[in-house]
Parts: sequence; C-alpha cells; structure tokens
Amino acid sequence: MSPLQLCLMLSSLLFCVGLIGALTRSNTILVLLGIELMLNAANLNFIAFWRYGPHPDAGTGMVFVLFAIAVAAAEAAVGLALVIAIHRHRKTIRLQEANTLKG
Amino acid sequence: MFPLLIIALLILGAASAAMLTRNLIHSALLLVGAWAGIAGFYLWAGAEFVAFAQVMVYVGAVSMVVLFAVLLTRQGATSAPVEYTSLKRGVLGFIVAGGVGGILFGAILGSPLDVNMPTSTPAVSVKQLGFLLMDSYAPALLIVGVLLTVALLGAIVIAAVDQPEDTP
Repeated sequence: MSPLQLCLMLSSLLFCVGLIGALTRSNTILVLLGIELMLNAANLNFIAFWRYGPHPDAGTGMVFVLFAIAVAAAEAAVGLALVIAIHRHRKTIRLQEANTLKG
Repeated sequence: MFPLLIIALLILGAASAAMLTRNLIHSALLLVGAWAGIAGFYLWAGAEFVAFAQVMVYVGAVSMVVLFAVLLTRQGATSAPVEYTSLKRGVLGFIVAGGVGGILFGAILGSPLDVNMPTSTPAVSVKQLGFLLMDSYAPALLIVGVLLTVALLGAIVIAAVDQPEDTP
C-alpha cells in the first residue's frame, strides 16, 4: 500500500468522524465543529496530492490549502456568531428547537 | 511511514473523542489536539508554512472563538453535560457515515495511485510561496482579504447586542 493511499485513508476517516458529529449531535456548536473537521480532511487531501503528485514543485496545493484555511476561519466566525445570536433570542442551542427564523 | 501512523492515531483519536464526549469544553480542547495533529501531518508532508498557518488559525484563533461561544451559550452556572440525541438519529448518522466511508475506501483502494510517485520530499520555500501568492494568485489573495473583512464585520453585527436607543 502506497503512502498516498494511507494519507487518503486518514483523511477519509477524519471526514467520516466529522460527518458522524455533524449528523448525530444536536448541539449546534458540535455540528459546526464537525463541519470544521470535514474541511480539515479536505485540506489533508490537498496536501497529500501535492506531496505525492507528479508536479510537487508547483506549490499549487499549498496555496489552495491556505485559501481554504482562510475561508474556513471566516465560516467558523460567522457560524459561531449565528449560534450566539440564536442563543440570545431562543435561550437554546439545540438544533431541533431552532427551526424557525422569526425573531 | 511510522510517524504517519502516530500522527493518524493522534488526529483520529482526538477527533473521535471530541465528537463523542458529553462535555463541550472537553470537546473543544480535544479538537485543539486534533488540529495540532493535522499541523503535524503538514510538517511531516513538508508543507511547513501551511503547518504554521494551521497552528495560528485553528489552534490559536478558531479554538478561542469556539471556547468563547461555548462559555457564552452556557445554559446555567454549572457545566451541564450535553445530552445525546435519539437512538434512531444516532444509528442513522453512523449508517450514513459508514456508507460514505465505505465508498471512499473502495475508491481509494481501487484507484491506481502509485504511479509516478516522487520519493523525495518536495521543497517549496516560503519565498516561492510568497511569489506565487503575490504574482499568479494575487487576485485570489485580494478576494480572500475582502471576504475575511466582510465575514468578520458580519459576525460582529450578528453577535452584537441591540442596545435600545436612548430618546433625548
């Protein structure tokens, strides 16, 4: 088994852990953290293909990961701000009880 | 190969424990460990600059934002554990994640991935990366800067408390 396949398996398992967290937990913060884990798994794939790809000197994979990290940071900030706003209005952060957008 | 297995164990163990524990603070701190492990993977793969960006952004910034959100959305004075969801939802989630994982593993093991593989660690220096970012990817860099500004201002506006206007 090649190292690239090991790296891809690691990122697949990390993606599945994040998916389990996002699908089964009812706490909004944990769901957001699961989505962050899935984004990180995608970044692992970029780096693995950059490391073992045919043109590793291009550096494109690293640049892509840097942009992905920036977008993920913006997503985390906005998502957690939404969690705080929902908690202020409804006094709960359970996903099942935040099913309407009216005030 | 051996360091990769240790890093994988660290990442997957910390992430699984974070997703399964009932204490939100423990979950956030375990995820810091998982993110640090991912930075270790980047270092192992030879992407030092990305590793430092990961440490600064995730281990430094995102974890602090998550901890603030956890503390600001506490239900009471005591740290009440987060209850699990219904059994049906948990089982369905595990089934879906297992299916996705099975498909991904089948695709990985069925693909001829070991052709033309370089043996040495590729070396892209920070200088080269800076030239890349400032030359070919300069528009994308500017757009990311604008996106971060807009997103962080929007986060402040969403999370800010609406003060009632004082009538003079």
